[in-house]
Amino acid sequence: MYLNQFLILAAALFCIGVYGVLARRNGVLVLMSIELILNSVNINLVALSAMNGDVAGQVFALFVIAVAAAEVGVGLAIVLLIYRNRRSIDIAEANLLKG
Amino acid sequence: MSAVILAQEALSRTESGVVNAFFAVLAIVAVVAALKMVTSNNVVHAALYLLVVLSAVAGVYVILGAEFVAATQVLVYLGAIMVLLLFGVMLTRAKIGAETDLDNEQRWIGALVGLGMMAVMSYSLWEGFGDDKLPDSMVPQTTQAVSDSIFGTYLVPFEALSLLLLAALIGAVVVARRD
Repeated sequence: MYLNQFLILAAALFCIGVYGVLARRNGVLVLMSIELILNSVNINLVALSAMNGDVAGQVFALFVIAVAAAEVGVGLAIVLLIYRNRRSIDIAEANLLKG
Repeated sequence: MSAVILAQEALSRTESGVVNAFFAVLAIVAVVAALKMVTSNNVVHAALYLLVVLSAVAGVYVILGAEFVAATQVLVYLGAIMVLLLFGVMLTRAKIGAETDLDNEQRWIGALVGLGMMAVMSYSLWEGFGDDKLPDSMVPQTTQAVSDSIFGTYLVPFEALSLLLLAALIGAVVVARRD
């Protein structure tokens, strides 16, 4: 097994996630795309951990999973608050701070 | 958990061609479902496609010999985070069924950025790692080694992480409650 087959799968998922973040209006869909990006990073960590025979990569993948759980909790709370205040979760409309 | 270990033992006994075929199937499923997720015009379908991607990634972890990460992926992502996202869909009263305006008008720029990043990353990965191979006698790193590492070397980051989770929990409640 080549190392690059895992890294390129991760890169593909990362780029699809970046496209999702840039192209979606719906706040929940943007959060899903961010989950995709975090997952692709985890594939990298686990693949390089297997490559080097070192368990540290797996430990950091677990840390990333925990941080992703915290991130999606806070992110959904913010999306809910935006929905409650504006009756819409179109993140393009949340531009109060725009100069 | 024992199913994961059994799958791993089966994988370590099979020859690498079979493992590569498994990987190819998982990779194609993951990429196609991810593309469907970012282009679907139904929020609930997008969430279900994300579920497919996450399951395929869990399979990739099993191939890489990371049993505990695969089990955590299934429990945390497929179990908890997906339910949270579906609750988000429900509480923001997304329409059931297809919607027409889920993409904004910059999506062509977004596609351009994604393709450009993919080109740059593939090129630099190819230059950087070429045909480096994973070690043939890949020893699966056991859950015991992972836990020794978490509660030994990485104890302080682990405690910081538990504090972060607590802060995020309280923060989410404070932000989302009605007063």
